[in-house]
Amino acid sequence: MFGRLAATRLPEIRQIFRQAPPQTSRSFSTALNYHIDTPDNNSELPWEFSNANKDKVKEILSHYPSNYKQSAVIPLLDLAQQQHGGWLPVSAMNAVAKVIGVAPIRVYEVATFYSMFNRQPVGKYHLLVCGTTPCMIRGSREIEDALLKHLGVKRNEVTKDGLFSVGEMECMGCCVNAPMITVADYSNGSEGYTYNYFEDVTPKRVVEIVEALRKGEKPPHGTQNPNRIRCGPEGGNTTLHGEPKPPPCRDLDAC
Amino acid sequence: MGLGVLASRATRLSGRGNPSRSLFYVRTIVTKPELQSPEASSAAAAPEPTPDLPPRTPLGGARVHFPNPDDAIEVFVDGYPVKIPKGMTVLQACEVAGVDIPRFCYHNRLSIAGNCRMCLVEVEKSPKPVASCAMPALPGMKIKTDTPIAKKAREGVMEFLLMNHPLDCPICDQGGECDLQDQSMAFGSDRGRFTEVKRSVVDKNLGPLVKTVMTRCIQCTRCVRFATEIAGVQDLGMLGRGSGEEIGTYVEKLMTSELSGNVIDICPVGALTSKPFAFKARNWELKGTETIDVTDAVGSNIRIDSRGPEVMRILPRLNEDINEEWISDKTRFFYDGLKRQRLNDPMIRGADGRFKVVSWRDALAVVAEVLHQAKAKEVVGVAGKLSDAESMMALKDFLNRMGTNNVWCEGNGPNPNADLRSGYIMNTGISGLEKADTFLLVGTQPRVEAAMVNARIRKTVRATNAKVGYIGPPTDFNYDHQHLGTGPETLLQIAEGRHPFCSEISNAKNPAIIVGAGVFEREDKDAIFAAVDTIVKKYGNVVRPDWNGFNVLLLNAAQAAALDLGLVPESSESIETAKFVYLMGADDINLDKIPNDAFVVYQGHHGDRSVYRANVILPASAFSEKEGTYENTEGCPQQTLPAVPTVGDARDDWKIIRALSEVAGVRLPYDTVSGIRSRIRTVAPNLLSLEEREQATFAASLKPEVKQKISSTPFKAAVENFYMTDPITRASKIMAQCSALLAKK
Repeated sequence: MFGRLAATRLPEIRQIFRQAPPQTSRSFSTALNYHIDTPDNNSELPWEFSNANKDKVKEILSHYPSNYKQSAVIPLLDLAQQQHGGWLPVSAMNAVAKVIGVAPIRVYEVATFYSMFNRQPVGKYHLLVCGTTPCMIRGSREIEDALLKHLGVKRNEVTKDGLFSVGEMECMGCCVNAPMITVADYSNGSEGYTYNYFEDVTPKRVVEIVEALRKGEKPPHGTQNPNRIRCGPEGGNTTLHGEPKPPPCRDLDAC
Repeated sequence: MGLGVLASRATRLSGRGNPSRSLFYVRTIVTKPELQSPEASSAAAAPEPTPDLPPRTPLGGARVHFPNPDDAIEVFVDGYPVKIPKGMTVLQACEVAGVDIPRFCYHNRLSIAGNCRMCLVEVEKSPKPVASCAMPALPGMKIKTDTPIAKKAREGVMEFLLMNHPLDCPICDQGGECDLQDQSMAFGSDRGRFTEVKRSVVDKNLGPLVKTVMTRCIQCTRCVRFATEIAGVQDLGMLGRGSGEEIGTYVEKLMTSELSGNVIDICPVGALTSKPFAFKARNWELKGTETIDVTDAVGSNIRIDSRGPEVMRILPRLNEDINEEWISDKTRFFYDGLKRQRLNDPMIRGADGRFKVVSWRDALAVVAEVLHQAKAKEVVGVAGKLSDAESMMALKDFLNRMGTNNVWCEGNGPNPNADLRSGYIMNTGISGLEKADTFLLVGTQPRVEAAMVNARIRKTVRATNAKVGYIGPPTDFNYDHQHLGTGPETLLQIAEGRHPFCSEISNAKNPAIIVGAGVFEREDKDAIFAAVDTIVKKYGNVVRPDWNGFNVLLLNAAQAAALDLGLVPESSESIETAKFVYLMGADDINLDKIPNDAFVVYQGHHGDRSVYRANVILPASAFSEKEGTYENTEGCPQQTLPAVPTVGDARDDWKIIRALSEVAGVRLPYDTVSGIRSRIRTVAPNLLSLEEREQATFAASLKPEVKQKISSTPFKAAVENFYMTDPITRASKIMAQCSALLAKK
């Protein structure tokens, strides 16, 4: 009897077993959401904005009404991150909290929310590979693999010389030139800070970029495909050759 | 009507899914045809001219207060019209209409977050379901709470919430009183579609009081908002984003608030539970007794949950005038002190200095014998800080019959002024403080002396930006304040108009001056009160017919009733010459002052400080075991009720004194609680009008001239350690842990 019942309901039973595939772990986009004291990252360490940046802090604060100083939290965290070589120790967040006059936890909330605030040390050149669908389809995984293999590190790990680290970022709006990587350059502090997109990259090209950066050169950013001009199609325009026609109703007298 | 029945029949018929479908897939969630096209079903139910809806009563005592009658608007909740003031939210309108909307993040004493989405309702002409907690009600809004759309929305939200919620209800302390459990029973589906791995979150260490199981958290952020808005400690925050979001402190930090225990109550799931209560009992096994807290002078309304003879936990009760729905950590967690160090038998100290257990008859006979040998003026009685009005009345009557009037209550100082009731109570009232716009705190640290009063002041400061001036030793406040000075000379400067804070007081609409009861112990207390009176007279706005801003913040539960009953010693030095000292639970008096040859009787429930000096111990019952009247600092008498049986051979305080009076040959004329209350009626009738504040008439002109000089000694902190103030809290292990970990260095 059970056999017959099982036979009639076989598809259902199969379905149930199919629904429980072996699963390992679920990965999350963000790093740890809590702080662990280390020698180079604890609240005891003194941290201050540099003198040049103190003027910038004033300038940033001047953008906001004096009773809404806390609105400056994101630009100030960004400035602090540039000054501190690309990452935010907890004492830097405390310093920002002091400047804008809020409780430190309000700054931690912001810093943990945004994935562009690094709370762990990164390399002088922080390479961010776009991992969102268009770039993934166009081969961002190979690009990341090439970078990791070339540098001999894992994701979010810094190379021994402290020059490079590779991270993943979600869509940075360059899908038309996918795949792309971003190079956040913290080698010159907040004065020389750049955040450049390298688009249309190939596993070979990213390694070349890395090597150029290692030599201190500044490879041209933007599309790496010599046949493309910015985000135009390869080999020049295929459409829209002439001046576009004005909309018919623009000339009101003609209508 | 006929149409509706037809429609429902039709849907029911088609709702019986055809059997062949079930062969091909497992239905993982209930869906019905009317859910697929809600418009059609709502159209079918559209004719709703039901003229006689059953009258509904507002939920949970929801009160409608119209600040301005013109601002009333009418909305319809499930077709039932309700009048509400402008600015109320849809959820509040539903509450007024008697419809309970499920919610997790919404809490009526916290700001609105609107992030749990459980309170979704359908609003006519709105394209989507509306989060009712965050949506202001608009005139003529037609809110529907039981339509298929609303039901489906709730079911969907519940499915999302349960996605990452562990299925550990059997080992969860919230089980049985969990909002998520209850609401998933009422509004959830019986199956979910989530087959991935559930997330797990690292538990946080918030200290010895709050246990965290962060995997159970549903990110309602009630605790974050409570900590920020009410407790005033910005430690908790929402970290991360998306499914990695978690509540935490980022940097490991204990929650050092005196109100932190309340996050246990507001947490809708079992993420934050009571650490001392963990795995001790289930809430349905507990017997609740509605009673009063005695650890401070606020008289917070509490419920003692007990199982058999044991107090298992203490929870707050709602009382808008006193503690709203919060209680301090001391109130919530000191209960384990009721089990330790208890005195359970009458004892007499023998010649070898050791206590010997004796019978009540022998103990009382010995006490009466010694009492008769002492001269009347050498007899002294001291009531402890946890004494109820009945026993203080009995003590005073008894000692008066023995020919002495040297009886007082500890904490009231050697020379209390009980003549004018307005001189020792909080005339504004605790809830009245919300109307004040300037506070002057004189020698009081409300945060440790009366945490609930402090919460009220903080609420006022947050709501109206009220100014707070503070005179006293440096201490931490959880709101903005100006530290004006440390000693009484600053008070003099204000009284003489030489201080910048004077303009704040004179410009204020409703200034409130709060003098701490720590001042009672000072030599120059009369001069300090005279200086406060000068301020009151100088600025006519402090005391007016419609506003009384003169307040004394008392420290102990017994103080107000003791002063009402006239427990004032004849001479302030009586204890130094005493031959017979009767301590009724008094543990905080200076025992060194008692002469070595004096005979000390200690009647109380805990083997605390005074027991070391006592010659005879008479065991009494604690506040959780007796019926007694306590008057709080605002002059509101309230009664405790026995929650658990007494320990051993202990008896109620007043009964011991009554028995002793008979043995001593001066029989007190009452043998019942009602008898003793009739006696109280002749002394202080206000103590019998329970839960009603009797206003004290303020008559500064009646006060005698004060010749005392103000001394320059700065004010001292009246409470050294918030967690240990009385015999019960000193016996509590949890309070000891708190003092070790949380008390400020």
